[in-house]
Amino acid sequence: MADQNKSIPAQEQAAAQDPAAQQNAQLLVLLHRLFGEAAFTDVEESYGILTATTTREQIHGIIAGLQQDQELQLNFLTTMCGIHWPEQEGRELGIVYHLHSLTRNIRLRLKIFFPIADPVAPTLTDLYSAANWMEREAFDFYGIIFPGHPNLMRILNVEDMDYHPMRKEYALEDGTREDKTDLFFGR
Amino acid sequence: MAVNDTLEGTHKIIESAREQQPNLNPLAPTVNDFNQELTTLNLGPTHPATHGIFQNILQMDGERIISGVPTIGYIHRAFEKIAERRPFYQITTLTDRMNYCSSPINNMGWHMTVEKLLGVEVPKRAQYIRVILMELARITDHLICNGILGVDTGAFTGFLYLMDEREKVYEIYEEVSGARLTTNMGRVGGMERDFSDIAIAKLRAWLKTFPGVMREFELMFNRNRIFMDRIVDVGAISAERALNYGFTGPNLRAAGVDYDVRVMNPYSSYQDFDFEIPVGTKGDTYDRFMVRNEEIWQSLRIIEQALENLPAGPYHADAPHFYLPPKQAVYQNMEALIYHFKIVMGEIDAPVGEVYHSVEGGNGELGFYLVSDGGRTPYRLHFRRPCFIYYQAYTEMVVGQTLSDAIVTLSSMNVIAGELDA
Repeated sequence: MADQNKSIPAQEQAAAQDPAAQQNAQLLVLLHRLFGEAAFTDVEESYGILTATTTREQIHGIIAGLQQDQELQLNFLTTMCGIHWPEQEGRELGIVYHLHSLTRNIRLRLKIFFPIADPVAPTLTDLYSAANWMEREAFDFYGIIFPGHPNLMRILNVEDMDYHPMRKEYALEDGTREDKTDLFFGR
Repeated sequence: MAVNDTLEGTHKIIESAREQQPNLNPLAPTVNDFNQELTTLNLGPTHPATHGIFQNILQMDGERIISGVPTIGYIHRAFEKIAERRPFYQITTLTDRMNYCSSPINNMGWHMTVEKLLGVEVPKRAQYIRVILMELARITDHLICNGILGVDTGAFTGFLYLMDEREKVYEIYEEVSGARLTTNMGRVGGMERDFSDIAIAKLRAWLKTFPGVMREFELMFNRNRIFMDRIVDVGAISAERALNYGFTGPNLRAAGVDYDVRVMNPYSSYQDFDFEIPVGTKGDTYDRFMVRNEEIWQSLRIIEQALENLPAGPYHADAPHFYLPPKQAVYQNMEALIYHFKIVMGEIDAPVGEVYHSVEGGNGELGFYLVSDGGRTPYRLHFRRPCFIYYQAYTEMVVGQTLSDAIVTLSSMNVIAGELDA
């Protein structure tokens, strides 16, 4: 406890006078206290929202713990969505969670990454009813499997589609078309 | 429409749904009761009372709904995928087509997201103009929802009165942006043009006449015995369940939670205005109706304040890399021509970063999660569509109720197919 109390002023100094940054610094201290410093990597503050990466083994426990925590009350799942970074070897697929505390107005962004060959992530449907369709959407778009989900089937695309269209290998335009290739501008 | 166990596939879906959620309905009949004959009812995909393309396969015991399986995605247009190839200014047209009852809110929300990424500060006048347009959009959104709720309960007249008023708001949109429904309004950095004198005159005229019509509408509905009998205690949801389901906007406020993005995270100078957040108590259809009605009055208050205190000054930010120069200047001025070319050809890169920005849409928290890898297009763009998230609760809300209750519940939730499916 003593160590953590010492670290709060240090964080606040770093956060200068910006109240949002101060709040995020306090949030980070609390997160470290609750789940240990090792649980979070790549911690940054991105346009006002504290962002941290964790692992898929820990994410369910963390989100459940935040839901129960009386001090933070991060108990509103704003949204979650999949993301695909083909260049990240071994952590190509990811899920981004946005949590919100409606009582204290704190937002938190958590991310997990895992290999595309093993696209499995824990389901949050036992914690949030809202996660049901969000996870179905992540499955539909990115092929992420959520074991324990009550009804993991496609939600927006047709059921007999045989690929997951939001993955980056499916370019929007037909790759064989020459007339639309933009050689000079953009990608 | 009512099909008695001819759809084998339908039954399979319902069977699987019942297996997964055996405790879905406390009123479900026991298996051995031979007097029970269940009916499968296909509500949708195209049904005049659902106001949109989505299907609910309901299992009915007489008039009571026992379980339901919603199917969505009939107008899925892959906006998130399309957005990954479009420059930022071309994505505005995609946002129009989400909640098409209040397009300006979607447009402004998107512009603000990009401005946040770019670090562009929008002048006060543009912010106030945006507030006026967003509140007009909120009013039209609520007018449609409440008007249609009247239609679904058999009261057509109110709807016609309100449609007339919506038409007048659309004329104001037309004066501001040239479009009516899918407005493509504003630009990254501000507005594409200032309010013209005609727009101001139309707005002022409408502000004079509309309250009278709205009062008449409320007089006809708010304490109407027939109307109240139809919607009080129908499709209720508790605050706790609503939060767990990710409800936002009027539907959450009807359940008694005073969460409004405009107040909690003010954007576009909402902190300058004095307005109240109406909340309900039971979260039923009547509360949703009343919350929307009251929000219309509060929006009028905001518009009047914004119009009264409309600051002078420029209507767009000085952001030449992203804000198109005036066409006249493009023909006469070298720098303007260069910037015009670079913007239109998408030559200008955005900073690397990830932004989440949310606005209070007609239906709740409309969020944009934008991941930029530094190119001219988003690397990933996720829309937090309030409809998509709260429509999941529909089955839970209507189980045990009658079919006509299910229709008014759907209507009062204001599920917009475009936003649901994106």
